[in-house]
Amino acid sequence: MSPDSPAAIELRGLIRHFGERTVLREVSIQVPAGATLAVLGRNGAGKSTLLRILATLLRPHGGEVRIFGEALPRRGWAVRGRLGLLGHEPLLYRDLTGRENLVYHARLHRVEGSRVEEVLHAVGMERRAEDPVRLLSRGMVQRLAVARAVLHRPELLLLDEPRSNLDPAAGDLVEPLIGRASGATRVITSHDPQSALAEADVVLALKDGRAVYSGPPAGLAAEALTELYR
Amino acid sequence: MRTAVAILRKDLLLELRTLETVPAMALFAITTFVIFHFGLNRPSISGQLAAGVLTATLLFAGMLGINRLFVAEREQGGFDAFLLAPVDRSAMLVAKAAALFIYLAALEVIAVPAFGLLLLGRSLGPPLPAIVLILALADVALAVIGTLVSAIAVQTRARDLIGPIVGLPLLVPALIATARGLGPVLTPHGSVSPPGKWLAVLALYDVINALLAYAVFDFLLEE
Repeated sequence: MSPDSPAAIELRGLIRHFGERTVLREVSIQVPAGATLAVLGRNGAGKSTLLRILATLLRPHGGEVRIFGEALPRRGWAVRGRLGLLGHEPLLYRDLTGRENLVYHARLHRVEGSRVEEVLHAVGMERRAEDPVRLLSRGMVQRLAVARAVLHRPELLLLDEPRSNLDPAAGDLVEPLIGRASGATRVITSHDPQSALAEADVVLALKDGRAVYSGPPAGLAAEALTELYR
Repeated sequence: MRTAVAILRKDLLLELRTLETVPAMALFAITTFVIFHFGLNRPSISGQLAAGVLTATLLFAGMLGINRLFVAEREQGGFDAFLLAPVDRSAMLVAKAAALFIYLAALEVIAVPAFGLLLLGRSLGPPLPAIVLILALADVALAVIGTLVSAIAVQTRARDLIGPIVGLPLLVPALIATARGLGPVLTPHGSVSPPGKWLAVLALYDVINALLAYAVFDFLLEE
């Protein structure tokens, strides 16, 4: 990551409400291309909402959001296809097999069919690729969800608890796809702040929707981190 | 178009695998015909009464399909996956309307012969091409309006209520045109060709609603 790298993500005074409740209040941060942003905060702090705004699935209600220089939501169409979302839901049809799901996503993203086999192999799911998703364990579904998220080789990965339900071996398996080695700009949320901090170049700490810290991980004091989850 | 085909293939595959929609629609239609058969207590019905019974039954059976059209998208993240893809959003309208049209056609393959057997009391033979033509135009109306209404309803908590409450009033013109078109062809020794006026009304209704749906569908998928 060079200091001169263009920002992959720019937030300026981002505001988002759900009804009467303000979920994100004036959040600002810049993330250079290729860097990893860890978004920290306890449940309900606004982490998942932020990810959904970056994924163009939710509209910002105030402030400015730019991804790869494109303003959201107006230019959302220009960044869809350049980002991959791995959220709480796997975005897979339960009654289709893993392979059928990935073939469907490949068609939506105009990705060549051979890429489906490539990602199935990468997440170690070739042998169970013909099983309906509803028959798979949570860990296997999460591996398929990783395959789905990286199928179209996204430049920006939005990862909400990406290693949930994965055992250590499966975690190692998906590391080249969603880890630093992927080369993508990454936004990670995690219930485990230590592991997220270990991966981060930039940290955004949210408390009740407000950014209480944004900057390098080294600048976040241990007491502040403890206070964040209190 | 490739995106619409991909969504349609996925929907048909899901329906073939789960059999959640078409069998329920067909069962509803046949049960309704049985109720009419015993309720009307007549050896057979014909003309405008037969047309009304057939049209209303197919419409209500179609509502079952309309209510379920976007359920998998809502419950299994299909909407999010689609919105994340760099595709024209009207592809979803085309695919869902095509899927619903196919479900309705499959329903009619089962329900129309059952209607002939249980209520008409005679062979559908000569007027069958006219019936097929009128029902095909009616199915386009149901498919387009149904897709729009289903896309609205699935975003709400009361989706099972919103479908009929919003959809049925919008479909009244199509219901009238279909019933009026079918009346003469279901009359014994009546016309074997459908009345041109009602065919034209149905065709115009289809075109106007298809254009309206195309214009507004993108906004329905927005948050």
